[in-house]
Amino acid sequence: MSSSLLWAVDVYGRVYTLSTAGQYWELCKDAHLEFKRLTSVQQCCWGIAGDHQVYLYMHCSDVPIRCQEETYENQRWNPVDRFCEKLLPSDRWQWSDVTGLKHQTLDSFRLPSEHWEWEADWYVDESIDGEPTEKGGWTYAIDFPATYTKDKKWNSCVRRRRWIRYRRYKSGDTWAKIPSQDDGPLPDPFNDISVGGWEITDEPRGRLSLWAVSLQGKVWCREGIHHHNPEGCVWTEVMTPGEVVQISCGPSDLVWAVLWEGQLLVREGISRENPKGSSWVVVDSPSTEVGASHVAVGINVVWAVTKDRKVWFRRGVNSHNPCGTGWIGMVGEMVMVNVGLNDQVWGISCEDRAVYIRQGVTSSELSGKTWKAIVVARDDNRSHSESANSLVSAGCFFSGEVRVQSQSSVMNDTESSSETERSQTAQSTSPTHADAMKRRIPKVTSDSFISELVSDKERKPGRDGRDDQEEGAPLEQDQKSVPQETSIELLSQSSGQLGARESQWSNVDLEEAQTPLTAAASDTTETSSLSSVATYNLEEQYGVDEHPLWAWVCGGGCAVDSHTHLNWFNTSTGVSSSVQSMSLSITPAQTAAWRKRIFEQLSERSKRELENFRHYEQVIEQSVWVKKGIMQWWRDWKPNKWIDVQFALEQFSGSDSNRDGILFIYYTFNDEKKYLHAFINEITILVPVLNDTKHAFAVYTPERTKQRWPIRLAAATEQEMHDWLALLNLSCCDSRGIHGPPSKQAIWSTTCKGDIYVCEPAPNLEAVPYPLPCDQMFWRQIGGHLRLVESNGLGIVWGIGYDHTAWVCTGGYGGGFSQGLASSTDNIHTQTDVKSVYIHENQRWNPVTGYSSRGLPTDRYMWSNVSGLQECTKASTKPPSPQWTWVSDWCIDYNISGGTDMEGWQYAADFPATYHGYKKMKDFVRRRRWARKCKITTTGPWLEVPPIALWDLTILPCSSQSSVEEVSLWGISNKGDVLCRIGVTRQSPAGTSWLHIGTDQPFKSISIGGGYQMWAIARDGSTFYRGSVSAENPAGDCWYHIPSPPRQKLKQVSVGRTSVYAVDENGNLWYRQGLTPSYPQGSSWEHISNNVRKVSVGPLDQVWIIADKVQGSHSLSCGTVCHRVGVQPMEPKGHSWDYGIGGGWEHITIRGNSQEAPRIVMPVPAESALEKSGCVAEEGGGDGGRTASNSSVLGGKEEELNGNAVSC
Amino acid sequence: MADDKDVLRDVWFGRIPTSFTLYQDEITEREADPYYLLLPRVSYLTLVTDKVKKHFQKVMKQEDMGEMWLEYEGTSLKWHYPIGLLFDLHASNTALPWNITVHFQNFPEKDLLHCTSNYVIEAHFMSCIKEADVLKHKGQVINEMQKKDHKQLWMGLQNDKFDQFWAINRKLMEYSVEEGGFRYIPFRIYQTTSDRPFIQKLFRPVTAEGQTHTLGDLLKEMFPTAVTSDDGEKKYQVVIHGIEPMLETPLQWLFNISATRTISSTSVSFPCQQT
Repeated sequence: MSSSLLWAVDVYGRVYTLSTAGQYWELCKDAHLEFKRLTSVQQCCWGIAGDHQVYLYMHCSDVPIRCQEETYENQRWNPVDRFCEKLLPSDRWQWSDVTGLKHQTLDSFRLPSEHWEWEADWYVDESIDGEPTEKGGWTYAIDFPATYTKDKKWNSCVRRRRWIRYRRYKSGDTWAKIPSQDDGPLPDPFNDISVGGWEITDEPRGRLSLWAVSLQGKVWCREGIHHHNPEGCVWTEVMTPGEVVQISCGPSDLVWAVLWEGQLLVREGISRENPKGSSWVVVDSPSTEVGASHVAVGINVVWAVTKDRKVWFRRGVNSHNPCGTGWIGMVGEMVMVNVGLNDQVWGISCEDRAVYIRQGVTSSELSGKTWKAIVVARDDNRSHSESANSLVSAGCFFSGEVRVQSQSSVMNDTESSSETERSQTAQSTSPTHADAMKRRIPKVTSDSFISELVSDKERKPGRDGRDDQEEGAPLEQDQKSVPQETSIELLSQSSGQLGARESQWSNVDLEEAQTPLTAAASDTTETSSLSSVATYNLEEQYGVDEHPLWAWVCGGGCAVDSHTHLNWFNTSTGVSSSVQSMSLSITPAQTAAWRKRIFEQLSERSKRELENFRHYEQVIEQSVWVKKGIMQWWRDWKPNKWIDVQFALEQFSGSDSNRDGILFIYYTFNDEKKYLHAFINEITILVPVLNDTKHAFAVYTPERTKQRWPIRLAAATEQEMHDWLALLNLSCCDSRGIHGPPSKQAIWSTTCKGDIYVCEPAPNLEAVPYPLPCDQMFWRQIGGHLRLVESNGLGIVWGIGYDHTAWVCTGGYGGGFSQGLASSTDNIHTQTDVKSVYIHENQRWNPVTGYSSRGLPTDRYMWSNVSGLQECTKASTKPPSPQWTWVSDWCIDYNISGGTDMEGWQYAADFPATYHGYKKMKDFVRRRRWARKCKITTTGPWLEVPPIALWDLTILPCSSQSSVEEVSLWGISNKGDVLCRIGVTRQSPAGTSWLHIGTDQPFKSISIGGGYQMWAIARDGSTFYRGSVSAENPAGDCWYHIPSPPRQKLKQVSVGRTSVYAVDENGNLWYRQGLTPSYPQGSSWEHISNNVRKVSVGPLDQVWIIADKVQGSHSLSCGTVCHRVGVQPMEPKGHSWDYGIGGGWEHITIRGNSQEAPRIVMPVPAESALEKSGCVAEEGGGDGGRTASNSSVLGGKEEELNGNAVSC
Repeated sequence: MADDKDVLRDVWFGRIPTSFTLYQDEITEREADPYYLLLPRVSYLTLVTDKVKKHFQKVMKQEDMGEMWLEYEGTSLKWHYPIGLLFDLHASNTALPWNITVHFQNFPEKDLLHCTSNYVIEAHFMSCIKEADVLKHKGQVINEMQKKDHKQLWMGLQNDKFDQFWAINRKLMEYSVEEGGFRYIPFRIYQTTSDRPFIQKLFRPVTAEGQTHTLGDLLKEMFPTAVTSDDGEKKYQVVIHGIEPMLETPLQWLFNISATRTISSTSVSFPCQQT
């Protein structure tokens, strides 16, 4: 999980942040400003500083905030000057906006504030509607205003072109002052501020509500804050019935304020259209005698503090009733409270001024259970850049300090006022105060063991001060002098060594730092262990007993919930360090020594004890093992239904632990006992088909794949299903000798259920002319939940979840249901994914009541799925399977193609029809879509790559022997930004950061092929080739606009060694012709096939697709893996398709497989085996689903669309 | 690097080449040939010596055959110790194969327990598993298991079925990451030189402060002389599954990989030998 921040201000006005992944309050940069109030959301934090000015702290992202400015240059033709700037008097300005009404010249554009900068100069846009224009970018028309085209015609009298320039927000990760208002009523200094409202609407993107209270008690609202304008534009006053002292704005539509007199105000009427709301309602203070002093709101909660410091919880608050129903007094006395994400509650206690978090706040128990203090140390001087990753430098000066500091810490004057100390700290020359707590610091290095024993008994109080540049001289006056001298000697020794050898992560061993001290030993081993002290700051500068006094806390951007594991509650550093040591102990470098030794010894042992005695008899020679169970089976014959069967797996194994097995299904038919069987070594895939009614899974063999009719079985419970799947999976893998993680060559695929499958490619997979038939490929499941996976031949594998989170493969295997044996121990992590479930509300118009939920008898259900065939009410709709849980409530979805009105309705003449977002005369029906988010939590070999959400990604295909250092990996963010990943290598497949590549429009698909050819498709369907991408210049230099196939919008592209294939929105597959090294853009698109959903072209130019409507002998299959057969260097288009596993497959990547097939010289190219066909299946969606490629369709059988395992 | 799972296999498939020779004083009809067998380290003697018995039956009269018992260089071998342990304890530094002498007479009542049938071994095995789980999870895991799961564990051992055994045993090996390990590490330290059968105490896999305990930590606490001695010379050999892991090996990890020992007793056992 990516981390997020809790913000707080101490009583001296200094701002600190605490990361959900961290264990320290970190002093915010820009520490010269003192703050009174803060209010944060995930992307930024607003604050009122001591100068009463408002400041904004935007978190930097790899994708900058950039804004496009545009203006149009207009010209008219006249016979003398041809096209020129001389326009008619009635014409528009020579430079104008798109409508022509507003005059805007290039130099009239000004940056909105000092926090912006221009990205480059103005340039001309050379495209129109996704098609490239002539050089110069002119578009022509008969007259203004009119339809412009890229072609100049005889009657083109006017022309115009678009100029573009980008500006970029530059004041990220720093406090940027919001310029005071130039015009309008200037607000008096602000006293309180609160940000929220991002859930009201996502139009425009990143819109926020910012409410502020002035010293005079007026309420102001900042207009126009959204992603592209983080500062907003203007303050507008919101009238209030009294003087307000404090205000709180929740993520959604709750806004509460506290009046000077102690009553509370509730804002009503906040909606998508009117985010400022319409009116105030007064709510009385919780206590009759004492007025309220503070209020905090979330999505469904309101907390208040009265002037006597009592804390109150408001009952019955929701968006229909923002006022709630009554107050409940809570335990604890707080100065202030704050409600953060997920309605979590934070507070500052009166008693000790510590920050508290409310424990046990869940959606069902919003008031939580208890207050728990956050006890972590502060780390004043440490800056981000110096933290753990700058190993060598940090290690260098750190190792020198440690002992001296620990000496001084013992001696340190604890009574000196914290204020003085802080100022000392700030100067960073004097050693900081250390607590006298006993601490333990992790020790990991193997050779540290003995010395640990020595030092263990007399462990001294902790030391600290990794940041101090000097040796702590100022504070050493009152120290014992003896150890001090020793330590200085040691210091020089150790730093000398440091220079010689690199301080490495793997040598981190903070424990030993103390050894020389405590044992006063100065032998070289220990000194060298000292030199490896480094890099991870586990010290506290302020002890727990001398704890900071807080004034303000804000958790508005802090993503925690009641399950989040936080390291914030350690009363001693011991606990925190233990977490470290545990996590460190699993890094390979750390474990190498002892682990390797065990591995070696075991193999030695086996050799010693077995080598010469293999002829000895085994105690147990061979055996059969049967596991039985009761299941249900979807019977093969009509009428299809679930019937109870006996299920048995028989496994035989020989002494060499080779094994095989048979699956038996015993059923009764007409009182006759029968059985069905499948050999384990013939099973090609096991697919879980978990839904809310059946715990089912499907078993495929090559034969069953051809039929498109798997053996479908259902277990009684989910657990039982998982047990069976785990066992069957293991048997299948064993019988095929597949163990361990997927190879670098592996083919990855995902289903529409998010399941991930991997196939080890056989060497003859791409053989010509007889490749391995696709239906014989064996797929095994890998844990996790992803929408797509991409890989390359170096074993770099990335995936994207349904919530667009990017994940990188850790190189492990297993996870999900295959726990235990079939799963690696390391490298398996928790993975979550979120997707939306949609239902439709349908209404029909009648003359009496207008639109109502009373439809005609022939109408669809008034609450239905998208087709209207199935009734789906809010109450009855369940998450897709028991693995999913709801994480939001039902909300109206406004983002549907066709648009909606303000209430989310779409209108049409009748069901079913095409819907539009406004009401016309003849519209008798309307519908709107409701969405509800659900979440799955599973495990798999995946680690999140925060924070940017991705839409698509591509990895440079390489052969497994490739010596490429840094691998090109490109992504497209879910907002359409094109990103290039920096620092992706075999050793660190996650890379380090994103490099943003500027584009004029959002993108949706990208692919990089051999020789760094890069192709991408924008959301409007325009296709681009990126020029000059190379190993030296990984970002390339410019985009070349490529015309699309006629009347088609491309949606996905894949580039192999030389071939470029693309899929359009109507499911056509196109091959790019005429690519040459000197002209890599090619010349034209050639149609290859239809019914294609997705294409993946491999490093050998092999072509694999996901195709729809593939006909099997029993049933039809959507989402089917298909392989282009006959692809050869001279025949890159191949000649026909071979069909593999199908039924809900969503994505495949072949891009890891660079194994050349063994070349067999065949006298006659045999074509008979595979039907020659240009299209995947069903031509034009027509008659009966028979095509040339489906010669095996059984005539008499009815096709069943839902015959497949994973229907989608 | 190989995965931890491979270690599990290596541990499970550990075999000791053994030659069984009939004791010279046994009454035979003709001379008995020695019998050679690869004994699984993780199993029990009486579970795997049916073949031995049958072999010697051929040359002996039924009435001369009492309960079979085995002896190595004068030590009667306890059937309720796992085979690997017996070997490491008594014979680890000798040449292979392991020469075991087979007796059918004069059962050493004071040294050995009778083992009349496999049920006795099963009962012993299950009690060991339960004892270990009490230490690991307060016995919760084993108690929640069904009878058939218990049976599967046992059958897995009896039939040398790695997967069958581990399909169940993995549940016994689970622990939450936050806790960093089991409640207590089930272990027994066996010594060649001591009269005590073994050392067994409560020992946590992580310290109170949350650091991982290593093998060294355990020994230091349970058996200090095994780790260091005054002159710094190593006097003891710490053997687990026939190998000598480094003292820095985290205990929990060691237990995870050597967990097949749950079979025998309480998993990790340390035959310590004076060198």
